[in-house]
This record gives sequence, C-alpha cells and structure tokens, in this order.
Amino acid sequence: MNDKQDPVLVCKDLCISYYTRAGEIPAVVDFSLTVKPGETIGIVGESGCGKSTVAMAIMQYMGANGGIKSGSIMFKGRDLTTLSEDELRSIRGSEISMIYQEPFASLNPSLKISTQLMEVPLAHENISKKEARKRSVQMLEDVKLPDPERVMESYPHQLSGGQQQRVVIAMGLLSNPSLLLLDEPTTALDVTVEAGIVNLIADISKKFGTSQIYISHNLGLILETCDRVFVMYSGEVVEEGTINSLFTWPKHPYTHGLFSCIPLPTTDKNAAPLKPIRGQLPLPFERPSGCYFGPRCDHFKKGLCDQDHFRMENVEGSAPDHRVRCLQYKELDHTKEASGETVKESLNIGKRVLNVDGMKKYYEVKDTSLTAFISGKSVRFVKANEELNFTAHESETVAIVGESGCGKSTFAKVLMGLEAGTEGEIRHNGKDISDIEVRDRSTKQIRSLQMVFQNPFDTLNPSHSIGGQISRVIRQFGIETDKKKIFDRVMTLLDTVKLPRDFYFRKPRQLSGGQKQRIGIARAFAGNPGIVICDEPVSALDVSVAAAVTELLMDIQREHKTTLLFISHDLSVVRYLSDRIVVMYLGHILERGSTEEIFAPPYHPYTEALLSAVPIADPEITKRKIVLEGNLPSAMNPPKGCPFCTRCHRKIGDICDNEMPQDQVVSDRHVIKCHIPIEELNQIKPVIRIPDKSERVHAD
Amino acid sequence: MVLLLLKRIGFMIFTMIIVSMILFMLLETGLTGDPATRVLGNFASDEQKELWRDQHGYNQMVVVRYAKWLGNFATGDLGTSIRYKGPVKEVLLPRLWNTAILGFWTFAIMIPLSLTLGVLSGMKEGSLLDRGISVFGILTTSVPEFASAVFFSALFVFGLKWLPGTSSMASGFEFKQLILPAMVLVVYDFGYVARMTRASMAEVMTSQYIRSAVLKGLPYRQVIIRHALRNALIAPFTVIMLQINWLLSGVIVVEFFFAYKGFGALLLEASLNNDIALLEACAMVAVVVAVSSQTLADIGYTFLNPRIRFS
Amino acid sequence: MTTKSITEMPSVGYGATLWRIIKSFGLLRESWVGMIGAFLVLFWVFIAVFAPLIAQFDPNAAIQPFAKPGTVGASGGTFWLGTDHMGRDILSRIVWGSRTVLFYAPIATVSAYTVGILMGLMAGYRGGLVDDILSRISDIILSFPVLVLYIIVIATIGASGFNIVIAITFASSPGIMRIVRGLVLDLRNRDYVAAAQTRGESDWRIMLFEILPNARGPLIVDACLRLGYVIITIGVLGFLGLGLPPPDPDWGGMVNETRQMAMVFPHMTMFPCIAISSLILGFNLLADGLREISLRD
Repeated sequence: MNDKQDPVLVCKDLCISYYTRAGEIPAVVDFSLTVKPGETIGIVGESGCGKSTVAMAIMQYMGANGGIKSGSIMFKGRDLTTLSEDELRSIRGSEISMIYQEPFASLNPSLKISTQLMEVPLAHENISKKEARKRSVQMLEDVKLPDPERVMESYPHQLSGGQQQRVVIAMGLLSNPSLLLLDEPTTALDVTVEAGIVNLIADISKKFGTSQIYISHNLGLILETCDRVFVMYSGEVVEEGTINSLFTWPKHPYTHGLFSCIPLPTTDKNAAPLKPIRGQLPLPFERPSGCYFGPRCDHFKKGLCDQDHFRMENVEGSAPDHRVRCLQYKELDHTKEASGETVKESLNIGKRVLNVDGMKKYYEVKDTSLTAFISGKSVRFVKANEELNFTAHESETVAIVGESGCGKSTFAKVLMGLEAGTEGEIRHNGKDISDIEVRDRSTKQIRSLQMVFQNPFDTLNPSHSIGGQISRVIRQFGIETDKKKIFDRVMTLLDTVKLPRDFYFRKPRQLSGGQKQRIGIARAFAGNPGIVICDEPVSALDVSVAAAVTELLMDIQREHKTTLLFISHDLSVVRYLSDRIVVMYLGHILERGSTEEIFAPPYHPYTEALLSAVPIADPEITKRKIVLEGNLPSAMNPPKGCPFCTRCHRKIGDICDNEMPQDQVVSDRHVIKCHIPIEELNQIKPVIRIPDKSERVHAD
Repeated sequence: MVLLLLKRIGFMIFTMIIVSMILFMLLETGLTGDPATRVLGNFASDEQKELWRDQHGYNQMVVVRYAKWLGNFATGDLGTSIRYKGPVKEVLLPRLWNTAILGFWTFAIMIPLSLTLGVLSGMKEGSLLDRGISVFGILTTSVPEFASAVFFSALFVFGLKWLPGTSSMASGFEFKQLILPAMVLVVYDFGYVARMTRASMAEVMTSQYIRSAVLKGLPYRQVIIRHALRNALIAPFTVIMLQINWLLSGVIVVEFFFAYKGFGALLLEASLNNDIALLEACAMVAVVVAVSSQTLADIGYTFLNPRIRFS
Repeated sequence: MTTKSITEMPSVGYGATLWRIIKSFGLLRESWVGMIGAFLVLFWVFIAVFAPLIAQFDPNAAIQPFAKPGTVGASGGTFWLGTDHMGRDILSRIVWGSRTVLFYAPIATVSAYTVGILMGLMAGYRGGLVDDILSRISDIILSFPVLVLYIIVIATIGASGFNIVIAITFASSPGIMRIVRGLVLDLRNRDYVAAAQTRGESDWRIMLFEILPNARGPLIVDACLRLGYVIITIGVLGFLGLGLPPPDPDWGGMVNETRQMAMVFPHMTMFPCIAISSLILGFNLLADGLREISLRD
C-alpha cells in the first residue's frame, strides 16, 4: 500500500435512486469513499443499506430504472458517470472487475471454462489465443485450483461451489485490473471452503497489487480481509476507519449495536447475552429527518438528532481517517453501557429426553449408468447417516454442526418422522421412534417434537392468514377445541414471540423475514413441545434480526424448559447458545462433547479446521490458520476408512484411508472418532486464543 | 448417455405399440359399435353384415387379428381402402408427399421469421418492437385457421385476385397454389413460436451470467451471439420439433379448405366415410411421425444442454 | 371486527378463492390489455345470456335466402348481417351460436381441469409409481396430433355436445396434468409443506390446502388460454363437419356451409369468423393481462 500514490477510486457525495412506477426510491443518499492502490476496503451493512447498489453504480450497471442522481465516481482521474458505453466497456473486465455472490449463476452453463476465461484477455488486449490460454492456465494455478488443465476443459456444473468461485476470481484477475469488487463472494459457500476463498482474497492485494472493495454483512470476514472499513446504514455511511480503530473503538451507536448482536467468544447466553437493536430498518421513503438511525438509537435526543441532515466528522483522538456521523459521539461512552441489567437466569439441565443409539439412514439410489447395467448391481446406497450416537437432556441445547452433505438434514427428517431410519434406535421419552413415520405417530408424540425451518420466506403458506395457520396447528394438536379458546391461545403465542396482535389477520407477504421466522417459532411452540429442532433458523436473516430471533428462542426455552436441537454451520452462534455440540461430517459424528470441551483441545482435526474457519469480529482474538485442501467425497462413494481422510491435514498414513476409526472416549460424553491417540491430540495448541481481560486494550 | 438414448427410443416404440392397440380396439373391434353396421349402414340385413364380417376376417379372435394386422402394417401392407377401392398404400404415399411439401415450405418461412423476431423482441424487452410482436402474435393465434383462410381468401382471391382459390393442383404442380395454405399455417404458428423464443431470450438476458459477460467488458455482439443465443435457443429448438406434431393437425383444416390433396384431407375423408383401413393407416402414420419428432426433440434437447450431456 | 367473524376460519376454502377471482378483475385496471380482453369476453357473455332478446328471428327459420346485410325483411325486422343460402338470419344465428359456444366451452374446460388437477396433484405429490404411470399415459395421449385425436375419438363415439366435452376432456387433461405436476413438484419442497407434513396432515389435505392455492396464479392464466383453445377446437370441429349436428347454429359449421358461395356472398362466412376470432382474442388478451399482473406482484 503506497500512501503517496493517487487514489484508484474516489466516490464523492454519491446519491443513487431507483425510478419505478411507484416513484423515486432513494437507495443511496450520501456516499463517499476513497481507495488507494493495493488497499482492501470493506463495506459492511445489512440488507437494504445500499451496499450492492454502490457496487453496481461503480460498474455503471444499474439496470433500466436506476440512476446516479448526483455525485461523482472518479476512477484513475476519469469520471465514470460521464463515460460512453464503449469507454466503459474497455474499462470493465480489464481495469475494474467484479465477483458475485452466486458463483454458479455467474458462469455460462453452456460454455467451457476455457472459453469463458480466455475471452477476457482476448477482448481487451491484442494477444494470440495461445497466449491467452497460457495465461488462463497460469491464473488457475494462482487461485490454487488443482489440475488446471482439467478445469479448463470442464463445464461449470462439473465443478464444486468453491472451485467455481475460484474460477470467477481468476476470470476477474486475468487482465490485471486495478480494482476488484467483491459482492458477498462467500455467502453461498460452506465454512471451510469459505476460509480458503477468504485466504485467497487476502493474498490478492499482496500478489497482484490490486485494490479491492469487499462487500459483506459479516464483520468477522471484513476483519480478516480488509484494511479499512465503511459501515453503511439506510443508504449512507455512518462510520469509517481502519480495522484497528473501528473494531476497537466503534463510535457510532449503530456500529456498536452491530457488535453487540454478534456472538463473540466473550458473550455468554446467560451472563452477557446478545443485545438486539430494537426497531426496524426504515423504508427508503420513510427515512426520518436528521439521523436515520435515530428511532432505534438508545441515545436519541429529541431536538438534536432529528433536525437537518448532517455530515461525517473526524473522530478526535483517533486515527486521522476515522470518521463518524453522529452528533453525540464525544459524549457517548459505549463501555459504560448497562450490561448488568440483562443478565438472564441459567437453566438446570434435567433428565434425558432423547437417546440416539447407532442410528443409520441409507437411501437407495438406482444407478442408471452403463457400468451398473453391465455389472448387474443397479442399486447403490447413499449412506446419509452412519452410526449416530448421542443424547440430549431436558432444557439442554444440543448443536449439530456440519457443512453441506454431512447428514444433519437427513437426521432431522428421521427424527421428525418424515423418513424412517434404516437401523438403530432413537428413543424419545423411552419410546423408539426411529422407524415410526409421522402418519403413524400419536398426536401427543407429534406435538412434543416440532421443528423451526431455515428459510423464513417459505416457512409460512403465502395463501393463508397468519392466524388461520396457527389456529389450524392448535386444533390439529388437540390442545383446544373451543373457537374462543383457540383464538386466545393464538393471541398468547403472538405475545410470546413479541409481535402485535393484529398480525392475526395479516398475510405472510406483509411480514418481514424476521417476523415470519417468529411466527414459525410460535407455530412450533404452539403445542408445548418437549424437543424442538431448529434447522439453521437464523442463517437467512440479517445480523440484528438474527440476534433478536436467537434471544427469543433462548427466552422461550427458559420458560418452557424445552430441549433444543440446533442445526447450524455457524460456530459462533453455536458457541453462544449451545451446551453440547455434535460435529458431523459425511454422515458420521466425528466429535461430540460439551461446548467448552469442543472449543478446547483435544480436537478432532476436522473440528480444528472448522474452528479456524469461523470468522471472529474481535481484532484481539488470534486464530491459527488451517486451510483444508482436497474435495468433499461424494456421498455415494465414501472413503473406505475415515470419511475425513481426503482433506485431513493431520493424516497419519494409510490407516486413515483404509480403516474406520473407533470412538475414543476423552471423558464422560466427550468422544472423538480418530486414529490419532488422545495424548497426541491433547498436545495440539488451541486454535482460538482469547486474551485475558487484563491484556485487552478495549475493556468490554 | 447412451442408456438415455436407448430408453427414449424404447419408449417411442412402446408408445407406438400402445397406440396401435388403442386404435385397433377403437376401430376394428365392436367396442364402439359394429364395424359392419358402420360401413354398410343401418339398413343392411343381418346376413349381409355377417357376410361382410366374415369376408373381412372379423370373426377371428381379437388377439390373432391384432397380431395379423400389426404384422401387415410392419411389412407395408396397409390394407384396402373401401372408398378408393384399392390398396391404401397407393393412395396414402402420394398424399403424404404432398403434405410434406406443404410442411417444408411452411417451416422454411416460419422458422427463420419467428426465431429472428423472437430473439429481437426478447433482447429489447418492453420496447416498441417487443410490444408490437407480442400483440401481433396474440392476434394471429386468436384467429382459427379456417377463419384466417376465409380472411385471406377474401383478400387475395376475391379482392385482389392475385391467388387461386383452391389448391387442387389439377394441372400439375403450381407453386402459386401452395401460397395461401402455407400462409395460413405460417401466420397461425408464427405467433406461438415467436412468443416462446421471446420468453426464452428475455429470461436469458436477465440472467446473471449475461451480467457477468457484460461486466467482463465483452463486445455486445459477442455477448448476444456467444453467450445468450446458445442458451436461449435450446427451448425454441424443442418447440420447433414439436411443431411437426402441430402441423399434422393444422394441415387437416387447411387442406380441407383449399382442397389440397394432402394427407390431412385424406384422414378427414377416411373418418367421414368410415373407411376403416384408410383411417387406421393414416392415424398410425400420424402417430409415428409425431412420436418420432418428439423423440428427436428430446434427444436434441439432451444433446444441446451440457448439464445433461456431461453428468 | 366482531368476535364471531374472527373465530371463523378466515380465508381458507374455495368460497374465498371465488371472491378473490372476482376481486382480481378489479386489478385488471392496471393492465389495459387485460381490460380489453375482459371487455370482449363480457360482451359475448352478455349476448349469450340475452340471446332471446337480441336476436330478431328464429335462427333456424328459413326466411329469405341470400339477403345482403342491412336488407329489410318482407315481414318487418332487418337482416343486419344478411341471410345465408337457406334464408336464415345470420345475426340471429351468431347470437344463438354464442350460447352454444359459451355453454360447452366452459363445461369442457372445467371438466378437463378437474381431471387434470387431480391427476397432476397425485403425480406430483405422491411421485413414484403413480407418477410414472400417469406421466406415461399423458405422454401417450399427448403424442397424438391434437386434431387427429379428436377425429378418431369423434369418429368412434359419434358427434354430440356431450361427446365433444368428453373428447376435449380426454385430449386436454394430460396437458393440464403436466402443468399442475410441474407446479406441485416445485411447491412440495417448500418449508410450509414440510411443516404440514411434520404435523401429520393427510396427503389430500396438503395437496388441496397447502399446495393448490399457491399454484392458482399460473393455473388461472392457463385456464383463460385453454378456454380460447377449446373454443377454437369447437369451431374447427364444427367447420370440419364433426361438431354438433345441424340445424343448431354453430359458428364453425356456419363457415363450412357457406364457404362455397364466399366469392359472391362474403358476408355469410366473414361474420361468423369475426365472431369466433373476437371471442378467442378476448380470452387471449385476458390471459395476457392476468399474466402481466401476476408478474408484477
């Protein structure tokens, strides 16, 4: 990074609006940004803050109804808003490139990778096809794709998600651009794959000298990749600064609120719970006068914060480029925030309610390839769950952690009765339910085992009203039969999930994602269930909304002493709210134990890699970096030995490839499935190092 | 992949056999009325009917008759036409050829026209061209073939007197006589294919990989030809193959209207005259052509779509 | 709202669906294409309903052959659209013919939809063997060229109003089944369906209450289009002589009977053609308008 050079990109007072039939929607109101050569800038914000709009504006690709109302975008001295289409075309792809969120959607499914890569330099530079091909192969190597020649000849669907994203990054870098825009490039990827991509991105500036603008909603990722960060709220920047200044001393109430919503290793669900930001993001045409964050801010001062629109100010006593848009920042001391008032009671773990014993679930798949036809073996098995063993107690939260293909969804289906287990037992309150499907279960069994689903937008039937749907559930579970009583109960449930009572009459499309998820929770708890499975309930929600929903779940659990089975890939959330953790990979449980035991050595090598991959938004916490190589094996063709052997960084030899490891008992209810002996695993240094309070610069 | 091909062809043969069975059951057995009564009329005496049935082999067992019939069919003996008093084959083949000519010219005009206009209107969604073609397409598909035949006749035959009113080709092949029937067919089908192509193109143009291609700085022409068309034309290709199936229906009305001696008119005649052997043969031929074109469409789609070809 | 109406199950059920359909016509104000279509359709519905009051003459009465449009009849009344070769007033025949069309077409369409929806729900939701069998059957039926199928069916069971409805149901339901099946395959993976399944709801309840209401958008658009196709079919069958037996007025039949004389008396063929085209156009525009609106939602 060279401070003396001219900046690569300067956005000044940008104002972008969309013009629809319903009128003008001001998406971005006041945006200014400077990017120096070789610098990586992060833009962080929740959905609707305008960060993607800014990226599209820089590329001058806002669609038919978007337009820059005022302001300028100077790229290397030229104002992008005044250039012709031809001039823009020569800049795109060669000087400014963009990486998108969904890698598969960004690639043309009908063209080979080689074509899509080579056309970038061929379109912008005067080189031969041979030269273009050579550079493409070289670039594929630079983005650490194994076997580049094979990738060149493949079609996009033949590559995995992580590989596709690396190809897209290679495509962006082929003509050596000065600026690379990355719009949530890892959201669609698994955690361990994401770690690899994040690593790559952090290297790009060093290797190629490219400046980068990294857009994300995840503060932890921003910390790992960026030098400076801009926090956006409702169309404008509210705080900007270097990583160190902003993460250690956030000055704006919104920034501070965001940090309080994220489960860091220092939060504790009972002693220091998350503090969700109250209220909702204002709609673009409902922005209040003065500070947009005012209505949701705990420090809102009438008469001061709701007057005219005000500008950013330099923060005194901090680095020169730390600026904030708050009139009261000097007076506010976030460290003195009342943290005592929200301590919550911890729960007593009760008796055992769930016992999974040797459960297996195999799917039969008809193999229609020619080889199967010839060999006569036309039925193969997908071993979705292999020998699952664990227990859960009353009031306990057990997290099931794993990436795609690990079998957690299959397990949920068997537990709920949507599928029948192949072998083994699942005992719920003594009775084995693994082979009883839903239609054969008693009402009592059904209502004591319920589920909260992942996608809030699909969790409710769009054609029926909220009240109607919940009433149906109550009636079906046989809790009440009298119409008036049912109605009262629905109202009680709405109160429990903190939604206004008149939502009874609303349709799902009138609700936001977070509100829909709350209704999903109300529906699951309608029958006072003993166990509730939560399948990634907050991964599709914004940070502040997710915090509120997570806290709601905790509160309901306290009240009803429910057992929660929390399925997730997000280890930060899991660490925050679970008592016990089960780590799954390719259908096997590789490690299980209490939260403290999982997060400290001895680790299973996969657990170690997972912990290293989780982004943590605290600059004083250090992590050891472990990046997994290799690919996830196909579920139809699992390795003969340990399922993790194709990617394990601690592989000890052929025994890992050939023999299935046994469960090694570390302590009561802490089991690791690995060939490496416990003594050796105990020697591993911890992945995450949390400094003591005394060592910290920022006491919180 | 090879297995997929074999499956498709297998299904094609399976369909044709099932259809032949259904046809046979409907037309040859007494399921829906006595064939003898149908042919000879209600006033024939019982003896006459019995004699007729014997003569035509109706008194044997159904399965035997079916096997014989299918065997005959496969070896090219399509039976005897009652109306034409001769082998069906001799009547059917020239008619089939005539319809093929009509079909060829119809497709030769319709395909380039509808594909081009469909692609252009899909590229510029919402533009005047797009709206115009959409409206025109809706208009033309709202007018049944016999109605457009009436309108065109009124204009070109009676009004402007440019074209002949019938297409019986009485004095040898005359291209002029082919114009009106082809025009009716083209106008009716163009709307559908153009709108399908437009929908496919519009969907591709709003996809993310086209956005990627544009933001890579590629020339617009390259984006359209190399990136967009390759994906957009997959669906229209299948649709066009399926239009062969549609054509077999459409020609019936058109040939009837313009007295064109084609296969469609023959089918109609056969049904109106209860000419069983002819009707069966025509129906089987229609089904064979239809099912083959559908199978080709299926195979073509599999081939064009890399996701299926390499998986 | 009063307590009584709150505790009644709101907005589930098919009565509510009908009300919503009626309400959605009000939405057409947003799409002028749809408005024109609705106007055309309602125009013909009006004519069909009030046929006895609009038609001046008995449609089958032979009065004055070959009269030009606008001629005044011998015993009063005007042949606004002229008469045909048998002396029947064309306007009256068209007016009464609209009744025939607007009677049989909706019945045939509803019948085809009922069969198609049931089959599509079962094939899409249950999958497995049921899906295989139903899909194969529909593939076989759909592999016939449509008109050939009609000709064969009518040739075997004879031509009558009822038989035409049967033939249309038979020929159209596979297409509808395919569409419904596609929609069901997409919708059954939604979380709210899984939620209903984990509650132990019965299959039919899920199909009819959870899935079908969410498929209504594309189905309504398709229904309008299909009504158009069915009207074309009825017209074509009439034209080919396979429609309703004479002397009842049938637009297609009218064209067929009079086309030999079209050179001298074009009005006899033109008016029925314009009539049928305008009605079909109405349904097509209506379908397009509804599609525009559903896309905007």
